[in-house]
Amino acid sequence: MKSSCYIPSGCSISAMMSESGKRIDGRAITKSIALMHDRSNGLGGGFAAYGIYPRYAEQYAFHMMFNSFEAKGVFENYLKDHFYIVHDEEIPTRPGAVYEEDTSGINIEYGMNPITESPVLWRYFVDVPGNRTQFVSESEYVFEKVMEINSKIEGAFVASSGKNMGIFKGLGYPEDIAAFYNLDEYKAYIWTAHGRFPTNTPGWWGGAHPFGLLDWSIVHNGEISSYGINKRYLEPFGYRMELKTDTEVVAYMFDLLVRRHNIPIKTAISALSAPFWKNIDKMPERERKIITAIRQVYGSALLNGPYSIVLGHSRGIVGFNDRIKLRPMTCARKDNMLYMSSEESAIREIEPNPDTVWSPKAGTPVIGELYEEVE
Amino acid sequence: MVKRIDCKNLYYRHLNKIIQDEAESGETEFILDNLNGQRYLGTGINKAVNITVNGTPGSDCAVFMNGPTLTINGNAQDMIANTMNMGKITVHGNVGDVVGYGMRGGKLFIKGDVGYRAGIHMKEYKSQIPVIISGGTARDFLGEYMAGGIFILLGIGSDSEIITGDYLGTGMHGGVIYIRGDVENDTLGKEVKKLDIDEEDRRILRQYLTEYSQDFGFDVDEIMSKSFIKLLPLSSRPYENLYVY
Repeated sequence: MKSSCYIPSGCSISAMMSESGKRIDGRAITKSIALMHDRSNGLGGGFAAYGIYPRYAEQYAFHMMFNSFEAKGVFENYLKDHFYIVHDEEIPTRPGAVYEEDTSGINIEYGMNPITESPVLWRYFVDVPGNRTQFVSESEYVFEKVMEINSKIEGAFVASSGKNMGIFKGLGYPEDIAAFYNLDEYKAYIWTAHGRFPTNTPGWWGGAHPFGLLDWSIVHNGEISSYGINKRYLEPFGYRMELKTDTEVVAYMFDLLVRRHNIPIKTAISALSAPFWKNIDKMPERERKIITAIRQVYGSALLNGPYSIVLGHSRGIVGFNDRIKLRPMTCARKDNMLYMSSEESAIREIEPNPDTVWSPKAGTPVIGELYEEVE
Repeated sequence: MVKRIDCKNLYYRHLNKIIQDEAESGETEFILDNLNGQRYLGTGINKAVNITVNGTPGSDCAVFMNGPTLTINGNAQDMIANTMNMGKITVHGNVGDVVGYGMRGGKLFIKGDVGYRAGIHMKEYKSQIPVIISGGTARDFLGEYMAGGIFILLGIGSDSEIITGDYLGTGMHGGVIYIRGDVENDTLGKEVKKLDIDEEDRRILRQYLTEYSQDFGFDVDEIMSKSFIKLLPLSSRPYENLYVY
């Protein structure tokens, strides 16, 4: 399940959203991330998709990875003790599958990279028993259980745990991961994708992006140099960093600030990717007071280092950069579609004639919001 | 003869090999259609060939380029003209971040905006002076660690009076940045000073902007009718004492 391979270099991210809630299959996002094949090295690829499980839209969908069937057994006993399992099944995969569309002739150059081995991949659609939420909210209950599973059940990892969404990830190039998971058969109004080039931490199935917790998913290009500070800050709130990679803290940080502390997403970003003090000094008084308070209270939530990040959640996507723009990000719009990507060409690969194309200012989030109900 | 190449699903290594081989055997005109994301375009050709690009070239376009003329009908991504030595690029759109990184010769004319760190560490040697002109606006760290060369920023059609970002010319120790209009003093890097332009500057500006205006269909007199300022390094060796123990 783990690779000890260590090759230094970058990553790719791509995201697309229908703000009118139209659901689109996984072929377009795969085509987009496949164009940036050379930004990753086969040590991690993955996708987050929102709106894929309309039949079980009210249940929490647990996408699980197990090192062994024994771990699966231990996990299932745990799950039965804490949830009602409405439905469970193996996540359908095609071992040996490869991305066949030859984007930019890469396959001819380097050959195919089929995904042949994987952990045991299973999904569970669960309800929270009513008597468990007397003293704690439903989402808080699920959060506690996810942390417990990741830290206490040996060989079991939660890839995603939101409603009507799922994360499909693993060890391989992202386009081959898409073929492996049959993503052409899923329809989502939000897709985010990641091609990994691990730098400081091992490439393994659980360490691939996106990272998910409840409704949140994160894809990230770059490096969170403040990981240690962020980790120490999160731990007293009950977060357990078990996935051996820096990106994990970003997902948990949004969970803490937005879900638990009820801060608007935009304000949360001003804590994570905070303006410099010299710019805060120039702000109008009210804004200056708010941002100063945010920086004082959430100083340890500041993400330092180079990054471009796309946050996914069931109502939208948010793309943002580090404060001095050390990683790439280009955005585009076409009708009701919003695109974000490491490279403009990866957007044009699936939308050749966008209405607008722009590179967002560092530290300024680009926000996509669902303004109609999902079809 | 013109060599026209459909770049759809053509891997960058194949594409660049085709262009290099054809140029080697005497071809001088290339038109690349449906180009999207292929990297390192125009590198490895030590000849004055013309390459027209219809599409969006990938990152590191014209890296180490030494001679060719590139016309890009579209936007370019990050790192265009990285360590470019000779030749010319005209971009009929915007470009990404870190453009002209360590550029040491040739011209990079951009109709639209540049991103972060444009002109970072450009350098010059005697008559070999690289020139970057952007018709639009720039983001933070324009001319960072600049050691030579000329950067001209015009802000044509910009809504804002201020067309630059923060940390202008941070670490600059050579070359010159011309900016049409003015900059805010608190955005200047610690290593630069702001000056009015003189007659010699006007002559240099008119020379390059005449060529630039012809390339993009602007009126050079209209561009020159607005005032310019220039940024020069305070010292040619800002860090000379930094590592002295």
